[in-house]
Amino acid sequence: MNLSMRQIGGVLRLELKKTFLSRRGWWVYFLALGPVLLTLLHWLLEMGRHSGRHSIGEDSLVFAGLFHFYYLRLGIFFGCVGIFSNLFRGEMLEKTLHYYYLTPLRRELLVAGKYLAGLATALFLFVGSTAISFLLIGRHFGAAYTDYILHGPGLSQLGSYMLVAALACVGYGAVFLMSGLFFRNPMIPAAVVMVWENLNPFLPAVLKKISVIFYLKNLCPVEIPIPPPFNVMVIDADPTPFWIAVPGLLALSVILLIYSGLSARHTEISYGE
Amino acid sequence: MSTTSEQTRDNNLITLANVSRFYGEVLGINKVSLAIPPGITSLVGPNGSGKTTLMNLMTGLIRPTQGEITVLGISPEDPEHLCRAVGYCAQFDTYPKGLTGYQFVYSFLRMFGYTHEECDHRTMKSLETVGLVDARNRPVAAYSKGMRQRAKLAQATAHDPQVVILDEPLNGLDPLARAEAIALFEHWGKRGRHVIISSHILHEVDRISDQVILLSQGYVVAEGQIQNVRGEVKDQPMQILVRCNHPSQLAAQLFQQNHVVEAKLHTDGRGLLLRTTDADGFYLLLNRIVIDSGLEVESVAPADDDVNSVYQYLIGGDGGTI
Repeated sequence: MNLSMRQIGGVLRLELKKTFLSRRGWWVYFLALGPVLLTLLHWLLEMGRHSGRHSIGEDSLVFAGLFHFYYLRLGIFFGCVGIFSNLFRGEMLEKTLHYYYLTPLRRELLVAGKYLAGLATALFLFVGSTAISFLLIGRHFGAAYTDYILHGPGLSQLGSYMLVAALACVGYGAVFLMSGLFFRNPMIPAAVVMVWENLNPFLPAVLKKISVIFYLKNLCPVEIPIPPPFNVMVIDADPTPFWIAVPGLLALSVILLIYSGLSARHTEISYGE
Repeated sequence: MSTTSEQTRDNNLITLANVSRFYGEVLGINKVSLAIPPGITSLVGPNGSGKTTLMNLMTGLIRPTQGEITVLGISPEDPEHLCRAVGYCAQFDTYPKGLTGYQFVYSFLRMFGYTHEECDHRTMKSLETVGLVDARNRPVAAYSKGMRQRAKLAQATAHDPQVVILDEPLNGLDPLARAEAIALFEHWGKRGRHVIISSHILHEVDRISDQVILLSQGYVVAEGQIQNVRGEVKDQPMQILVRCNHPSQLAAQLFQQNHVVEAKLHTDGRGLLLRTTDADGFYLLLNRIVIDSGLEVESVAPADDDVNSVYQYLIGGDGGTI
């Protein structure tokens, strides 16, 4: 293994040791576990009911809503704020970043190592949560739901949701790692990005495309329309095809990471003295 | 030929050429030029005098607003090479959360690209040097302040750097640990390493330093061997303590000289503390008096050529020994 790979491996191991399942990030785990607990509760309640059950299709629609309005707009978004913006900013606050800066590690590699550690955590939490919630939401249908997953559209839907969740972690991760590097208070850029992302359905087609959520929504297997009265303000835009949306998001993330790495070369340790 | 020898010499020095660093409009250090040879060099100065700024500049954690720095011929703009040659123990009592003493040292050694076996070997050796082998599997958070300080020392020096920069390394150490740390610094200095220390414990710094750099308000006030620095402080008469059998008789004869401005008899009746503006003249005079009067002199020693005195003369106030 060459030097760079060993160094990235070193950062990855140390970051996972420090950040994964750390007490400071309890609220991120709560964000990831929330829908799991909700769908678990749903399963247990539905198991006790003997009549008036809804259909698998309805549960599939409920999950689509949960994914659009909770995972994408809240859980993964704020989870990534918590995980990625703290990779540098958190160390500045704790006055520990200088330990890294005093090793012969290229700053670009430090950015890469930290990003990979954050990504591993985010993927584990949110892709895992998405998959478990999806499997739990229709669990009370028993064999019918298993059949829906294995022989119906379930598996493909699950794959799509997991892919979208993973891409959201990749994209938002790159955005918030960069904001943690540049801003003393990463919540300010996070708030700006959040407003921008939530205004997306109402923006003109050109502006719509300058966002992460636009591409992710197009990749979701079940579309959730904007409810009235806001639906009248929605401006439609042509959906981006899969082969542009996925590489496009990955490319955008790589560009942001390269910029963060190059900027990190010139950052100084200033603990606000 | 001369260029090559100059380069070789520079490769063994830490040089700062007209270096200034401002934090916005606040002065960190201003127009500092230094050439620090191997051995123990102490940075002495009150809070805010620029000691930490100077150390941060040498380690590349911050960049100079103007001027140039090289450490053994390496620019701080090249951290990939600089950090192999430099170990820095910063003043902050902070460490990554959740790590044991062993993990703390080992994890950052991995960034140097060493194999697991080499990291393990260096970690154990370094922890052994600071006496933390038995406590290696305890979380750093559970260490006492002195143990944390020693863990930081182990972490900063585990890669065997040629330049060791230590910001207040004696803080939090008990007297025994302090003595051990000082012995370690002396060992490193004798081995030809650069050991740069900032400390408020002036009498201990004084004892081990090969040279001292005095800083005040961002400027270098004096640098060099402390006795030479003291000799340059002409406006403060030199204090000399003479232990002899008839100090009052000696005082009477000395007072006939213009350069002796003050003489105090010691309470035990066998010592005389005097202040003179011409130390060389005084020593010649003392020789003559001893020969002429048969005075029995036990010892003659300067009483204010230590860091603490020089600090007071040049910077003012108490040296701040802890």
